[in-house]
Amino acid sequence: MTDFTSGFWGIFIAIVSIAGLLWLGYLVKSQSTMKLKKGEKADVTGHVWDGDLEEYSNPLPGWWVALFYGTIVFSFAYLVFYPGLVVVGNVWGWSQEGQHQAEVQKADTKYGEIFAKYKAMPVAQVAKDANARGLGQSLFNTYCIQCHGIDAQGAKGFPNLTDNDWLHGGTPEKIVETLNQGRHGQMPAFGAAFGEEKVKDVANYVLKLSGRPTNELRAARGEATFKQVCVACHQADGKGSQAIGAPNLTDNVWLYGASEATIIETITNGRDNVMPPWQAFLGDDKVHLLAAYVYGLSQNQAAAKQ
Amino acid sequence: MENQATYNYKVVRQFAIMTVVWGIVGMLVGVVIAAQMVWPELNVGPWFHFGRLRPLHTNAVIFAFGGCGLMATSLYVVQRTCNVRLISDGLASFVFWGWQAVIVLAAVTLPLGYTSGKEYAELEWPIDILITLVWVAYAVVFFGTIAKRRVKHIYVANWFYGGFILAVALLHIVNSMAMPAGALKSYSAYAGTVDAMVQWWYGHNAVGFFLTAGFLGMMYYFVPKQAGRPVYSYRLSVVHFWALIFTYMWAGPHHLHYTALPDWTQSLGMVFSLVLLAPSWGGMINGIMTLSGAWHKLRTDPILKFLVTALSFYGMSTFEGPMMAIKTVNALSHYTDWTIGHVHSGALGWVAMITIGSIYYLVPRLFGREQMYSVKLIETHFWVATIGTVLYIASMWIAGVTQGLMWRAVNPDGTLTYAFIDAVKATHPYYFVRFLGGAMFLAGMVMMLYNVLRTATVGRPVDAQIPVVHAHA
Repeated sequence: MTDFTSGFWGIFIAIVSIAGLLWLGYLVKSQSTMKLKKGEKADVTGHVWDGDLEEYSNPLPGWWVALFYGTIVFSFAYLVFYPGLVVVGNVWGWSQEGQHQAEVQKADTKYGEIFAKYKAMPVAQVAKDANARGLGQSLFNTYCIQCHGIDAQGAKGFPNLTDNDWLHGGTPEKIVETLNQGRHGQMPAFGAAFGEEKVKDVANYVLKLSGRPTNELRAARGEATFKQVCVACHQADGKGSQAIGAPNLTDNVWLYGASEATIIETITNGRDNVMPPWQAFLGDDKVHLLAAYVYGLSQNQAAAKQ
Repeated sequence: MENQATYNYKVVRQFAIMTVVWGIVGMLVGVVIAAQMVWPELNVGPWFHFGRLRPLHTNAVIFAFGGCGLMATSLYVVQRTCNVRLISDGLASFVFWGWQAVIVLAAVTLPLGYTSGKEYAELEWPIDILITLVWVAYAVVFFGTIAKRRVKHIYVANWFYGGFILAVALLHIVNSMAMPAGALKSYSAYAGTVDAMVQWWYGHNAVGFFLTAGFLGMMYYFVPKQAGRPVYSYRLSVVHFWALIFTYMWAGPHHLHYTALPDWTQSLGMVFSLVLLAPSWGGMINGIMTLSGAWHKLRTDPILKFLVTALSFYGMSTFEGPMMAIKTVNALSHYTDWTIGHVHSGALGWVAMITIGSIYYLVPRLFGREQMYSVKLIETHFWVATIGTVLYIASMWIAGVTQGLMWRAVNPDGTLTYAFIDAVKATHPYYFVRFLGGAMFLAGMVMMLYNVLRTATVGRPVDAQIPVVHAHA
């Protein structure tokens, strides 16, 4: 509850808090002694400023005094039941972490079964279940759309999940793995090693791999570099490797954009891309449903194409 | 010196005029960023992006408009209620020009992106040092004049002005502590949660002392003056003054409910925020009850309308504030536009209206006129400002509660019903209403500037004679 290394501060806080509240009560009381009799009108105090500024000596309004005392009494009561007077603790042992855990537990009890019942069903089958897809979409809308978008088509740097083009594999097992453990996609920077000209050459070859318009001369020079360096991850055919998360460069699907400038930027500075892990936060049941939903997104796409 | 027979109205005139000018500038920026919330394509380039204009708006309305208003009125009130001229004309002049320099520097550096990132304390360290110098000079002028007073007792308005000046000095210096890392770059002296706590200790006391205590000082002079009635209760002013300045110091943690701040700090922040209700209402009661016996004047006097409406909004927002500090309410209201609505019921309803009323009282007196150039225009200003404020607050209440409820709504399976963007879409119409409300308030300020300039040009600057002191004072 506290981060103090010395017990003194707990005592100090309790003393100044209680003394502060008591002092406020004394302040009100000290000025509440004066009362007007029935029908009596208050006098002015006798001091005059700037010609005509005066003050009545009216007593404090009773309801206002009651309100003041009321808030002070409430404060004492609150500090008995909730943390505040550090040294004495609090009767209910309340903490915001405790409140959060209690709410999570309550939600798990209430909603857990809804998600758990699909766990035994294989992902591909769950993806065909309309009710499960609805649940998956609710989860997706809560946890995933911040990066992948409400239509799951991603954004610059955030993969499109509907195109059946996978960086780390699109099998149910691989999607579950991605969700559980997260991913860290790293492309090293080659700007310093290659120099500007060579980077441009390689970029043109990469454009050519996807069949985009390109400078043939540069692409030819770039191919030599590609075959020496880039093949280590992207393979000789440029189709990449899902095992290490190296993108396929031949399918005209672009995580950061297809312009020559963007590709030059990627080769020069490299890329560092993170998908966070969700297993600890969501638990296996929800990950299973989410995986099915994401799997279903591209399956529908694939079916539509055929 | 020959001028010892008169009050120094020059510095009051300067601050009074600049109050209106900076009011228009600050509120114009406010209307622009309100428009950006409705039409995001209005975010033009980095300089005029919402993220840079928003601190410009808050700094301009609080420290330029509010600050000039407080300095104009406090330097007027302290002279009039102490029966003595300011102790130093030169120092007063330095306060005026120094404060204008701070404002101009803020208006340049904030759009350029120089910021310390602390809300309401964004200005970088060289400007912070200038603020400190100007503030110390202001304190010397104010307290020096009090010390030289020719009446025995210190009038209640001066307690509040004095408390405001001392507390703001303390807040500014502690919160702005930083290690410079370049001409316009620095790092806070505090780290992590401690930094957040110091920031909101500052932030809430900026509300409590700059935007409350200072303006209560204004209230205690201009309300009884304009109503022609004695202050309702001396005792009430004693209790609510000491209770207010004591309790505000504890309330900051309610800005950090359900965060990394320890539970005990949050609890203390909450209970002392609740305790603040009565001291705040003490000020409202004392102001409104001062009118008993003079209610009929409200019908014909638009200045009094401004002052009394300000007190009503003060009472309303100081009820709302303690309620929002309760953890369960805060869990709904925090991070929503309800907070923005709450702030503006204080800022437009209380701070701006009490300032506008006070400046309308001051300007004819500073320029040797019986009254403002057009009393009718004050009346129009009052209604435009009031309707604008109500539109602003009501739209932000609805927007805020809508957001809070949509963010926590869950489906039968326990997942969230709405994506964030759904709440943004639901809020969009209310952003337009807020824009309208803000534009109306700004329009009122333009009327005010016209009225003030006409009054100033038909009149001529005067410095009132200091009257002979009453024997019994």
